[in-house]
Amino acid sequence: MKAKVHVTLKSGVLDPQGKAIQHTLSSLGFGGVNDVRQGKFIELDLEETNEDAARAALTDMCEKLLANTVIENYDIELIA
Amino acid sequence: MKSAVIVFPGSNCDRDVAVALEKIAGNRPHMVWHGETDLPEVDLVVLPGGFSFGDYLRSGAMAGRSPIMKEVITRAHKGKPTLGICNGFQVLTETGLLPGALMRNAGLNFVCRDVTLKVEHANSAFTNAYTNGDEIRIPVAHHDGNYFADDDTLKALEDNAQVAFRYKDNPNGSQNDIAGIYNESRSVLGLMPHPERAIGAELGSTDGIKMFESLMASL
Amino acid sequence: MSTITPEIVAEHGLNEEEYARILNALGREPNINELGIFSVMWSEHCSYKSSRRHLATLPTEAPWVICGPGENAGVIDIGDGQTAIFKMESHNHPSYIEPYQGAATGVGGILRDVFTMGARPVANLNALRFGSPDHPKTRHLLSGVVAGIGGYGNCVGIATVAGQTDFDPAYDGNILVNAMTVGTADADKVFYSAAAGMGNPVVYVGSKTGRDGIHGATMASAEFDDDSEEKRPTVQVGDPFTEKLLIEACLELMAGDSIVAIQDMGAAGLTSSSVEMASKGEVGIELNLDEVPQREENMTPYEMMLSESQERMLMVLEPGREEEAHAIFRKWDLDFAVIGKVTDTNHLTLLHGGEVVGDIPIGPLVDDAPNYDRPHDVKPAAIAAERPDVPAPTELGATLHQMMGSPNLSSRRWIWEQYDHQVMGDTVVLPGGDAGVVRVHGTDKALASVTDCTPRYCYADPVEGGKQAVAETYRNISAVGATPLAITNCLNFGNPEKPEIMGQFVGCIQGMGEACKALDYPVVSGNVSLYNETNGIAILPTPVIGGVGLMQDYKKLVRIALQNDGDSIYILGDTGGHLYQSIYAKVIQDIHVGPAPRVDLAQEKAHSAFVRGQIEDGTLTACHDVADGGTLVALAEMAMAGGKGITLDHEGDHGFWFGEDQGRYILVTSNGAALEAAASEANLSLTKLGRVGGDSLLGQSIDGLKQANEDWMPGYMAAV
Repeated sequence: MKAKVHVTLKSGVLDPQGKAIQHTLSSLGFGGVNDVRQGKFIELDLEETNEDAARAALTDMCEKLLANTVIENYDIELIA
Repeated sequence: MKSAVIVFPGSNCDRDVAVALEKIAGNRPHMVWHGETDLPEVDLVVLPGGFSFGDYLRSGAMAGRSPIMKEVITRAHKGKPTLGICNGFQVLTETGLLPGALMRNAGLNFVCRDVTLKVEHANSAFTNAYTNGDEIRIPVAHHDGNYFADDDTLKALEDNAQVAFRYKDNPNGSQNDIAGIYNESRSVLGLMPHPERAIGAELGSTDGIKMFESLMASL
Repeated sequence: MSTITPEIVAEHGLNEEEYARILNALGREPNINELGIFSVMWSEHCSYKSSRRHLATLPTEAPWVICGPGENAGVIDIGDGQTAIFKMESHNHPSYIEPYQGAATGVGGILRDVFTMGARPVANLNALRFGSPDHPKTRHLLSGVVAGIGGYGNCVGIATVAGQTDFDPAYDGNILVNAMTVGTADADKVFYSAAAGMGNPVVYVGSKTGRDGIHGATMASAEFDDDSEEKRPTVQVGDPFTEKLLIEACLELMAGDSIVAIQDMGAAGLTSSSVEMASKGEVGIELNLDEVPQREENMTPYEMMLSESQERMLMVLEPGREEEAHAIFRKWDLDFAVIGKVTDTNHLTLLHGGEVVGDIPIGPLVDDAPNYDRPHDVKPAAIAAERPDVPAPTELGATLHQMMGSPNLSSRRWIWEQYDHQVMGDTVVLPGGDAGVVRVHGTDKALASVTDCTPRYCYADPVEGGKQAVAETYRNISAVGATPLAITNCLNFGNPEKPEIMGQFVGCIQGMGEACKALDYPVVSGNVSLYNETNGIAILPTPVIGGVGLMQDYKKLVRIALQNDGDSIYILGDTGGHLYQSIYAKVIQDIHVGPAPRVDLAQEKAHSAFVRGQIEDGTLTACHDVADGGTLVALAEMAMAGGKGITLDHEGDHGFWFGEDQGRYILVTSNGAALEAAASEANLSLTKLGRVGGDSLLGQSIDGLKQANEDWMPGYMAAV
């Protein structure tokens, strides 16, 4: 089973990279971009076939390594 | 004073801090590979600077989960003095031994320069040779030194006098100009600047010597 | 079997005559794998086919040279059983296409060249050339290149201690990214690449092989056109973390005695490394490609042999030592695979899926490589017969201020603060000085290193320009108090098939050779980058020199910063007032014609010896060579570094203050009488200029000069 994990900064945490992207976009003429937040996208190929078990394992992975929950949120997407 | 320096794959200031410890404390530290699970009996554990695991995923994230860290954390919880410099500070926040997180520098670029620090609270084994309010010159060299903590945590750090050093001219956007913090009991110190690079006039500064002298006198 | 059509041959960058040589070498038609191998080995990048005969004229020997050109890097003796090992290399084309990765992998490649030989790298340097600041790509290229150099070097943990960055419209379509590494090793622990010992295992270590950079070496030897942006997939991605592990693992293995030979996989990867090792050892090598660690599926022999995946090395081990070596690489989490063996066939033999998929005699592959004597027209560039006098400025001080804030004289702090220049705790002269100086760890000795070239001089007069590039590194090393020992080089030029470009190349080599010979300052390693042209427009001839010198006691070194109020300031060497090709003529007067300044090599040698002697004796409190911008700019740099003013009491015209006559140094001392007496005894020209004091220079506040000097680059990079 494949999984996609999106790790994003919590709202309220300053994102200097997102700010820089927004600034550059506007200098390239892309107006109307109100905010940019940069995150991470992690793809995993799991042996597990049970969706609940996979989700539980992934949650554990996010809590223990993939995200720093002091500053980051995560979102798990499973693809059968 | 007996000490141990933890060496992670990608550590690159491990030798530098070992040189400083040996030069000032007179004892060569144990160099302990991250894959070990046993830590020798020492008075001080140092997590050195560098790019452990390439700083991939997040600075300090994977090092914080290395096998040796279980023992490092156990000892730290028992009050064993633990010092994290630069990448070591990032590892300490990743393990929760220190609060907050170190994010990408506000200017986005890596920054290597001498900075002036104000010694905020010098009442610890790491800093008691300094005096509160001292201004010292120590180099920084990092990409992710922008200290972040939520408002409650920041308030607690300030209220408990846990801020060890503050930047006079903030190079990375850190909240409250924080350059280094203690844990609540002051047995753990993490800081972004490199005291081990300020131990000789030929290197540009001698202001880091007092940190090692403090440790020498206290431990 | 595949049929090799003329189109396939042309796609491999081989001309008809070269293909005929291949047929002759093999005695049959090559298969596609063999053709690919010949094409990379015979590319300009690997075979030096346009440059070889000229490089052979350079002096390469001195009593302190342990290994000259031909190995991965040059090796010199620095006493006490220790050596310095160094080389410089270009990564120009990849950096133009993808600046971050191109520059990063350039640093990675040169580091490998040095630690392959057993050295721990101790200093990185670079020499960068970008197009005009006004060119729309310059900012993007500069920021990417600097981030890439920093991203790689910082992570690996090698201090980047010196460099050079210039802007000129001639580099608009072809930037130059030259990276240099200096390392140290014990003399009995230097490793070479000659394979030996029939049946000995050939071992692959490091990262896995992917389809990166296939044909990078041939790309680095082709002129650009507007389609080059399409070539992005051939750019490799660097992994500095793996490089760091590779350094530690290799040095750990090298501490023992199990390595017979070792070679890094640089350009043309597995091909060039295995061919080099076999050729040097006069043996054959058989590779079983099924054993090559692979990152991607279904890789063909062609792809594996031509891949330029980074962070890989090839070794020949003593028999029976595989397990011991494997254990070290396992500890460092690196791939380790026995992929072949040394044979007595003098052939490179490739096996894949149980079949022989390539079989090339090493001799012809190496010895029959083309070696061209390309037509060359060596002469100074057309210097207008009618050339204007270079007029005086209206006001010296204001002109100095303007120059200090101009792109090519402004501070490079924005760049070098992105490089960790202090890691390893031995950097004793930081960037911004005349040379980067690092202590030899655990000793009082120090290595001074520097990169230099003045392309506008080389264009105006290739022979004098070649001399000057060598002489300037010699001067910079002397100015900190070190003895210049040897150089590496990175020779960047346009299309050698054009006689005027080949003439620049030959002229610069001639000048370099004369200088190296006169100064006892041989070439021990180097690299050539040709075809730096886009749409027929060539770069300026840019033979970058990387010099290395030795100090016995780092505590005696002097820096450029003025130290004490009241110290006397002198200039060593005569000033004729040569303004042609000066920064003043170009930036202030927009005059670009005229001859380059001449270099008096005997005088260079005498001045250097004098300066080093005065530093050794402790007479000097500061020292700086006079280079771009002339005397006044050198003085301003010293004043800014020390945060002190200067009172001038010497009268001179603009030729005196801004002329770029060669071989001069600014010397500062608290004991003017002693310095004057010494110069008089040595029969050298020493002129007092003034003394240290106050907070200004020619009415310009030092703070104001510093602001102009420091603000240009951050302001430029912040603008969009």
